Amino acid sequence: MAAALQTAAALMASSNLVVNSERFRFGSLLRSPAGRKGSVLVVKSDGRHSVSFNAGLRAGHLITNAVAAKSEASAKSTDSKPGHEVLLFEALREGLEEEMDRDPRVCIMGEDVGHYGGSYKVTKGLAEKYGDLRVLDTPIAENSFTGMGIGAAMTGLRPVVEGMNMGFLLLAFNQISNNCGMLHYTSGGQFTIPIVIRGPGGVGRQLGAEHSQRLESYFQSIPGLQMVACSTPYNAKGLMKAAIRSENPVVLFEHVLLYNLKERIPDKDYICCLEEAEMVRPGEQVTILTYSRMRYHVMQAAKTLVNKGYDPEVIDIRSLKPFDLYTIGNSVKKTHRVLIVEECMRTGGIGASLRAAIIDNFWDYLDAPIMCLSSQDVPTPYAGSLEDWTVVQPAQIVAAVEQLCQ
Amino acid sequence: MAVSRLAPSASTLSKLLLHPVSAPPFSRPFSGTAAGDDQTVLTIETSVPFTGHKIDPPSRSVEATPKELLSFFQDMAVMRRMEIAADSLYKSKLIRGFCHLYDGQEAVAVGMEAAITQRDSIITAYRDHCTFLGRGGNLVEAFSELMGRRTGCSKGKGGSMHFYKKEAGFYGGHGIVGAQVPLGCGLAFAQKYFKDETVTFALYGDGAANQGQLFEALNISALWDLPVILVCENNHYGMGTAEWRAAKSAAYYKRGDYVPGLKVDGMDVLAVKQACKFAREHALKNGPIILEMDTYRYHGHSMSDPGSTYRTRDEITGIRQERDPIERVRKLILTHEIASASELKDIEKEIRKKVDEAIAQFKESPMPDPSELFADVYVKGYGVEMQACPGLKLSKSIK
Repeated sequence: MAAALQTAAALMASSNLVVNSERFRFGSLLRSPAGRKGSVLVVKSDGRHSVSFNAGLRAGHLITNAVAAKSEASAKSTDSKPGHEVLLFEALREGLEEEMDRDPRVCIMGEDVGHYGGSYKVTKGLAEKYGDLRVLDTPIAENSFTGMGIGAAMTGLRPVVEGMNMGFLLLAFNQISNNCGMLHYTSGGQFTIPIVIRGPGGVGRQLGAEHSQRLESYFQSIPGLQMVACSTPYNAKGLMKAAIRSENPVVLFEHVLLYNLKERIPDKDYICCLEEAEMVRPGEQVTILTYSRMRYHVMQAAKTLVNKGYDPEVIDIRSLKPFDLYTIGNSVKKTHRVLIVEECMRTGGIGASLRAAIIDNFWDYLDAPIMCLSSQDVPTPYAGSLEDWTVVQPAQIVAAVEQLCQ
Repeated sequence: MAVSRLAPSASTLSKLLLHPVSAPPFSRPFSGTAAGDDQTVLTIETSVPFTGHKIDPPSRSVEATPKELLSFFQDMAVMRRMEIAADSLYKSKLIRGFCHLYDGQEAVAVGMEAAITQRDSIITAYRDHCTFLGRGGNLVEAFSELMGRRTGCSKGKGGSMHFYKKEAGFYGGHGIVGAQVPLGCGLAFAQKYFKDETVTFALYGDGAANQGQLFEALNISALWDLPVILVCENNHYGMGTAEWRAAKSAAYYKRGDYVPGLKVDGMDVLAVKQACKFAREHALKNGPIILEMDTYRYHGHSMSDPGSTYRTRDEITGIRQERDPIERVRKLILTHEIASASELKDIEKEIRKKVDEAIAQFKESPMPDPSELFADVYVKGYGVEMQACPGLKLSKSIK
């Protein structure tokens, strides 16, 4: 490990960024035993260097724009590196396939997931491999097929229900809230609902208001539900597998713009902890909490901030319900300043709840009010420029950090 | 990988009434000790013939043994007694919230049980007390749950609308009208997936028959050939709205269109039994079928509804006189000289006594412990132990 640190320090020193390698922290990794699979510390420099620990080799590519440029990655890939390169949607598919191989009770339900291969190709090839009884094309009837997935889960099946777009799952809200979230409780523990509900949401392809919704703010109050948001191929596969294995109902939020992100992920079996946040860039000065696509805007802003001499700590919270207050708390205790950057609406969003949770638990450690940058409380417009302005942009993040650190 | 189910075995009426949960599941719940012989086979005609939609209806002649008839009488009498007792408990404010009573509709629950086993599944809406009893639930669990005590079938956390009994194939107990139908089709999907050779009966009312999700689920079930039987318990009123004011077509058994249907006299327990048996065989071979049970509830929609503002008292008393399910079975028993009138009266008195005893006992039982408030929200209380991370344990729990 010491050798790796030195290598890392050397690499860091040679990069363009001004980073004091002694302030380099491996905070969350130190608390883990050596044999632990799961999150591997990601060192984000200028995207050309990677640091490896135990078996998890990660290529630390910083994606500066929201849609990954594939060319950058392919130039770097060599056969001698362990692991294999995948796009995010392929990583999701690998996770699904591995779990379906592992457990015959896992099945997939959704619109066009079977013969068509999935509207974002997440389930491509699975129907040919597993047949029509395990990869089920449903009619356009979200309320009922979500209900059917929940009913099947009550008997012990482990369905993965896809909403073609997360927004369509609003039609199934009753089933998700009352039956999915609450049945375990109202039946006195008799029924478990090991269902995974997944689908893409978010803003970015000029899909218009109805197809750009962020449902995490609506679902967050449902008791009994767990919510996670993936952001990289590595955590997409890991979270998918963990969600399928979980006995609780899990909603996995994907993002329309992130499906083509490329990353090198391990060959061997791994899962990501559902309740855990991911340390993206350790720092000392300010804690930036984010998830899903905004992670990339934050990292882009981080580049600028580092150039200006700031040292942000970036945490991808991943677990939207429950929050990983352990990781977040440790960070707050260190930096005393918090900025939340999210894509959901300002009113009643994840940021609002996270802010409340931090104030409740870590008030004494804060040196400044918590800032929260969210999307505007407007229906997402079609026009590209307007759409860009509904979500948080890196320049706003930079300005917010500067204000926070005054 | 098959889901294991317990093998059926016999049990006694008294065990059912008083002893807690561990009574094993049965193939014929809670009437094992009905006296009378089970060798003679009587052939009895149903009150009215069945009407079929896109299917040849079964015969009107139903076979039954004297023992079976007596058991029907007993089971329905217990259900009737329970509902009436629940009425007075509600009025004495021991049962709170919503309480939807099933008296008048007992034949549906009892007839259905006679046609199936506990490996088949039943799911219904909120008028579930008697269906729960039919599935092998006992009065202990039922009254405790109604009164919110920890000995209830859902540990006091569900209430009247959320009775469940997983090991007996009873999936509840649902408050939102119509939402149980997709769940029921999901149960049937799992039965097909596991190749169980069992079926699911998804019950709903005439009010729920107009829910979109019902037609969605029916479409999917028909497409995928799921072994589901949709049973419309048509008591002719969706709360205060009569069926002719809510449905353009009140022929609920026909509204499956491409799915065959059967209209059944839901006040005749033998007709219900025949229809359910027929439907079960059909569903296993050909996919979904709809049963419309023409039935009636004597009480209002719930205890908050007097039930007389939208229908006349004459109508209610008329049905009670002419079509009451218990009276019909009583007449059959007397006609076939299976038991005497006074014997039947004794059975009823015995049941009343047992029910009263059960209530007295459970008025004393404790409320749930305050720690139960947070129990079973998640399968493993979140924050303390992370399922997906072997080796990672938090030092403190997250709120």
